[in-house]
Amino acid sequence: MTGQPTPILALDRVTKTFGHGPGAVHAARSISFSLHAGRALALVGESGSGKTTCARMAMREYMPTEGKILFKGEPVDGASPAETVRYRRAVQMIFQDPFASLNPAHTIAYHLKRPLLLHRPDIKRSEIDATVRALLQQVKLDPDIVAPKYPHELSGGQRQRVNIARALAAKPEVIVADEPTSMLDVSVRLGVLNLLSEMKQQMKLGLLYITHDIATARYVAEDIAVMYAGQIVEWGNVGKVIDNPAHPYTKLLLSAVPDPDIRFDDPSVRLRPQDVEEIRRKSAMTQDKIVEVDTDHFVRAA
Amino acid sequence: MTAPLLSVKNLTIDYIGEEKDFRAVDNVSFDVAPGEVFGLAGESGCGKSTIAFAISRLHKPPALIRRESSILLNGRNVLDLDDKGLRDFRWREVAMVFQSAMNSLNPVLRIEQQFYDVLKTHKGMNRTQARDRTAEMLKLVDIAPDRMRDYPHQFSGGMRQRIVIAICLALDPRLVVMDEPTTALDVVVQREILQRINELRRSLGFAVLFITHDLGLMVQFCDRIGIMLAGKLVEQNTAEAIYGSPQHDYTKQLWASFPSLHGGVLL
Repeated sequence: MTGQPTPILALDRVTKTFGHGPGAVHAARSISFSLHAGRALALVGESGSGKTTCARMAMREYMPTEGKILFKGEPVDGASPAETVRYRRAVQMIFQDPFASLNPAHTIAYHLKRPLLLHRPDIKRSEIDATVRALLQQVKLDPDIVAPKYPHELSGGQRQRVNIARALAAKPEVIVADEPTSMLDVSVRLGVLNLLSEMKQQMKLGLLYITHDIATARYVAEDIAVMYAGQIVEWGNVGKVIDNPAHPYTKLLLSAVPDPDIRFDDPSVRLRPQDVEEIRRKSAMTQDKIVEVDTDHFVRAA
Repeated sequence: MTAPLLSVKNLTIDYIGEEKDFRAVDNVSFDVAPGEVFGLAGESGCGKSTIAFAISRLHKPPALIRRESSILLNGRNVLDLDDKGLRDFRWREVAMVFQSAMNSLNPVLRIEQQFYDVLKTHKGMNRTQARDRTAEMLKLVDIAPDRMRDYPHQFSGGMRQRIVIAICLALDPRLVVMDEPTTALDVVVQREILQRINELRRSLGFAVLFITHDLGLMVQFCDRIGIMLAGKLVEQNTAEAIYGSPQHDYTKQLWASFPSLHGGVLL
């Protein structure tokens, strides 16, 4: 992921360890990735692989144990409060659970006014209501109907749209979306993903899309990074990685994605539990050697 | 087709409200043959879980099953069973795996004890017999029998889910109802579990009523599939036909909402 203009946000060999001594958990091991304006990076992996730890480090919710986080090329260390405020505005998050991420005691309009008042001194008080309306229209919700409502009066998909509007209200440069559609119905999932892609292109956002669903990763993102046991095992252009996977774990992940063309009764597609265990064991070991499979396609090898 | 194992006829279920009732399941009929995997697909709120609960008679007020409905298992109407009949029927004939089944194990009891509870209640087994049966069942789901002395938290999510499935199969039920059994698990673990269930139903001969919203997964696993929309069963066909030539507009739309691994959406 090099050879491009300075990324908006980059993690440079970042490591996060929880606990001490023999019981320590290495949630992220030497993670490097960068987010560029108008591009999406999908971070894919199973539960416990360290995806959310990476998201939280990008949000500066966790401080990395080792390594640097670079914002527009400058390391962020939290030394200057003004810089921290700027960072908090520029990097916004969309959470997994649309039912828990809005305050049940406040209207939708309130949720959108708050980031405007906090982060947007450029907007006059008299223009705030109009901006709230514009934000709701941007995420394809009807402001007259939705603005006065409370979160419980909306469906999951509508709430996730409100969450996107709330993130956009701060005029961010990076959006971190942690499994934004995994709790939504299949029929509304694509709508939310399309909206995220649109926003990314129109507003030149850097999008970090975290998911365990590799098919939606291809749908949304230009770049992909596959995580396993705290390491990024394979990364690069999303089409190249998915069509020509080089790491055994990526291959395993792809072979297990539900595919209506493959029946479980077909013995040739059977995953042998011993093989699966073997891949898991090998992939969990620290792998330092990086191999370039193709331009913009890299893999770690033992 | 041979005589159906499960035959749901004109099933109508209302949730009784103060002002008006909500029809959750509207005149649904389908059959499941012995040894068959039948899938029910649809989005949340379409009534698929309500059907699953009704089959085990686990629904509670305000859910009300309308009088014209019948659920026949081996020709016997489940809706007519008395309390004792129901106790014998549940688990022994129809076992159920819930969505968060891996959290339905008792955290303070050893796995062995949780098997024993079921085996003693339903089969009157003693400790030694129950231990033998437990070892046999754990082996079926690829878990080492010596781990039966462990507690649930010592297992991963996927292993806990397999243990629940093993408990369900311990009494040789003829039908296993699985309500989104792998939704909380990642795809590799999901594949391992469903592949195992598929092998087991071939060898043990039980039927499965499989409920999920993931159509792609359903086509991989099921023999026949029913598509539900707002309480109605809008289409019912073999898995190949649901995938290859969906008839109802809603089925087509459902397919069009799945991104494909190969770019674009399915269909």
